Amino acid sequence: MKFQPVIGLEVHVQLKTDSKIFCGCSTAFGSEPNSQTCPVCLGMPGALPVLNKKVVEFAIKAGLSTNCSITPRSIFARKNYFYPDLPKGYQISQFEDPICQHGWLDISVNDQTKRIGITRIHMEEDAGKLVHGDISGLEECSGVDLNRACTPLLEVVSEPDLRSSDEAVAYLKQLHQIVTWLGICDGNMEEGSFRCDANVSVMPLGAAQYGTRAEIKNVNSFKFVKQAIEYEIQRQIDLIEDGGTVVQETRLFDPNSGTTRSMRSKEEAHDYRYFPDPDLVPLVIDDAWVERTREELPELPEQMKLRFITKFGIPAYDAEVLTASRPLAEYYEECLSFHSNGKAVSNWIMGEVIRCLNDSGTSIEQCPVTPRLLTELLKLIDSGTISGKIAKAVFDEMWKSGQEPSSIVEEQGLVQVSDSGAIEAIIDEILTREAGQVAEYRSGKDKLFGFFVGQVMKASKGKANPALVNELLQNKLNG
Amino acid sequence: MELFDLTIHELHTMMLSRRVSSVEVTKAMLARIDAVEAQIGSFITITPERAVADAEAADRRFAAGDADILTGIPLALKDIFLTEGILTTCGSRILHNFVPPYSATSYEKLKARGAVLLGKLNQDEFAMGSSSESSAFGTTRNPWDTTRIPGGSSGGSASAIAAQQATATLGTDTGGSIRQPASHCGCVGLKPTYGRVSRYGVIAYASSLDQVGPLTRDVTDCAIMLGAVAGHDPKDSTSVDTPVPDYTAALTGSVKGLRIGLPKEYFISGLDPDVQAAMGQAIGVYRSLGADFVDISLPHTDYAVATYYLIATAEASSNLARYDGVRFGHRAEGATGLLDMYTKSRSQGFGAEVKRRIMLGTYALSSGYYDAYYVKAQKVRTLIMRDFMQAFEGVDVILTPVAPTPAFKIGEKINDPLQMYLSDIFTIPVNLAGTCALSVPAGLSSEGLPIGLQLVGKPFGEETILRAAHAFEQATEWHLKKAPL
Repeated sequence: MKFQPVIGLEVHVQLKTDSKIFCGCSTAFGSEPNSQTCPVCLGMPGALPVLNKKVVEFAIKAGLSTNCSITPRSIFARKNYFYPDLPKGYQISQFEDPICQHGWLDISVNDQTKRIGITRIHMEEDAGKLVHGDISGLEECSGVDLNRACTPLLEVVSEPDLRSSDEAVAYLKQLHQIVTWLGICDGNMEEGSFRCDANVSVMPLGAAQYGTRAEIKNVNSFKFVKQAIEYEIQRQIDLIEDGGTVVQETRLFDPNSGTTRSMRSKEEAHDYRYFPDPDLVPLVIDDAWVERTREELPELPEQMKLRFITKFGIPAYDAEVLTASRPLAEYYEECLSFHSNGKAVSNWIMGEVIRCLNDSGTSIEQCPVTPRLLTELLKLIDSGTISGKIAKAVFDEMWKSGQEPSSIVEEQGLVQVSDSGAIEAIIDEILTREAGQVAEYRSGKDKLFGFFVGQVMKASKGKANPALVNELLQNKLNG
Repeated sequence: MELFDLTIHELHTMMLSRRVSSVEVTKAMLARIDAVEAQIGSFITITPERAVADAEAADRRFAAGDADILTGIPLALKDIFLTEGILTTCGSRILHNFVPPYSATSYEKLKARGAVLLGKLNQDEFAMGSSSESSAFGTTRNPWDTTRIPGGSSGGSASAIAAQQATATLGTDTGGSIRQPASHCGCVGLKPTYGRVSRYGVIAYASSLDQVGPLTRDVTDCAIMLGAVAGHDPKDSTSVDTPVPDYTAALTGSVKGLRIGLPKEYFISGLDPDVQAAMGQAIGVYRSLGADFVDISLPHTDYAVATYYLIATAEASSNLARYDGVRFGHRAEGATGLLDMYTKSRSQGFGAEVKRRIMLGTYALSSGYYDAYYVKAQKVRTLIMRDFMQAFEGVDVILTPVAPTPAFKIGEKINDPLQMYLSDIFTIPVNLAGTCALSVPAGLSSEGLPIGLQLVGKPFGEETILRAAHAFEQATEWHLKKAPL
């Protein structure tokens, strides 16, 4: 039997606000445990939450960028359960009437575009974390670090519209790109700023009803999402084919083995006893607020991609690469304010710039070759001062020293030789030296032309103007 | 005349003219506490050093000409208010060792005005009760008859006034917890409109119902105290940003033409005859002062107690989840794991009534029962709210008894929760409606026990009920009666 996987994703997006969602404590990562806490995020008796307005703005931005409608009156709810990292014994989240609803994203897999529904986006607070093992000399104990407690999260819940691990990854990558593009999330998956739970089920191909789903927790990289989903699909298919049935449960992905294992069954599932949080008044968002936020939205990657294609005349592939992140797109666009050849700039960014960034693990924001410097280099090629080949060497030098390309060219004497007399002298010398090859060429071995070009370039230490070398060689050999 | 028996405004006049210092008043009050505390048990914690230090600071403010109406006035707080560095138990064993790192906004406001803190007052555990018998720190006795309860949950806040152990106190009122003890102990007690006073730093029982309010010797003091603690607090999202009027300026003494509503559902058979008689007399007093009476109906009154015990317990079950033994408060010894630690700590830390309400609330919120209980209760709450709003279209104030009977005997209802719950039958609807009400002394029973009169106002209509209570007080002498200690 053929099976059809059905996948829905719940993505937790940690918002990049300076302070927490319900108190003024810092959200900085990696500080001394419990140093960023106050009565509110410690869940002290008598403490009350006050909503951080920035979180609401970020949520509206996320909603507008994923085609959601913004709920005019949304409600915070308490999700009740006991755990030491949850200081109040409940998490403030949203249940009924979340801030964003009914959105979608278009993803592209194998050149096919597909629309994936977004059920809802809601705001909530994160929990703290437990630290196990040796803590300040105490053996066999667990500590609670509440620095992360009350950190703002968005939970983005997709419809079960995804049909393969590739679609899931494409959706996840696109969502990741949007939230980082908007500047509302740092996108750091290792630190847990962008994390994902996957709901996976399988059904016989063509069936009308979805199979029983398992929720897989703890899939914290694009690679693991693919691995976890593929493992889970196969596990469920194997189970069914062996005559078993899939049970509704929560499963944990183990990145070491690439497998999932049962965490708790439906029977053990919590009854979260959601109810509206009486400490927070309903959040009223009027149209004016939505419109104000809409005006603040940056141009989104899809729109920018189209603009790059039409305005700068670059191929769709180039536009896709250049809009992979907002800083990269901004880098490209800044180059175009100094230089008009969209494709030439694109080639250099997609070639030398990205290669050097990757090799050195540098981000585009820290790129030592600024857009102005890069386009200065391109201008030297345009004017014939240096050849493209020399330019690559100059680029490497610029990367190391951050120097102006013109001074590198000058200091190292790399100016292109376009004096036909000087080039002719070199050609004559080569043709005399390689008389045998010349004879072969003249007897019809055309391929040898490249050999002569190479020899001339080598003799000129790469500085000879390649076009002129071609022209003069043609004259000498064929004339 | 004893220093411990004066009102805020009387003491202020004396301090201002240097006839007495705050230190003298405070020491007199501490001596009074010493003398009668063993009989009454108003306090969980007495803070004599803090009180004297506060009083000295207050006297310096008087010397500097920087004194306020509350400067140097010895006050005490229900143990539900967080006081930085001072034990705060909420009447519960689970907080027997809890010394908070910050203070409630209402206490901060009183402190900023130079008030003196005498200590922390006994109460029902987590403000759950109507008799102050559920405290983990002993039962408070009614100064009018020490075999009787002072009311609850703010029992200590009322008994301390009646026993002259504090000039004024703060309590909290979720279903009557200020008004009912005020009624039973013969003092003035006001529950403000929901949102009028910050709840920040006040241990939550039922967040959508809890309000902070004063208990005082007379209506003028009540107006002074309310003015001091009222106002918007950026730390409490449910506090309302409307200006705080000068409540003492509202005390004009006149109720001429005031339209007073008498809800037929509150004057039922089964009402204690002494309470009924006191209400009749009060109506006569108001009539003679020129007020007009209107018969009104609050048709959903019958559902109020049931509605309250769903909403309040649901919120409480969640509010009390934080007492888990992890970060503060009681942690059981010898637990074998996390679940065991939770179970043991909470089993040992909470008393029977608190456990009962946590279980009720957990049940009401459970999947499959939520719509039938919690959601339905919220709908009824809306109807009850509407009852009041409709009634207030035709009247300025609603007059009712505070409690169906005067103070009952200690132990009388402690094993009969339903009877205990019904003692709040006239106060609970006001909390559900979110509006304001007060209790003012209006008589003594045949056994010499105080009987309070409840005046319910429109939302943010505190000035009107204070004016009406003040006019009544001017025309009667009930507030001058003393507990026979």
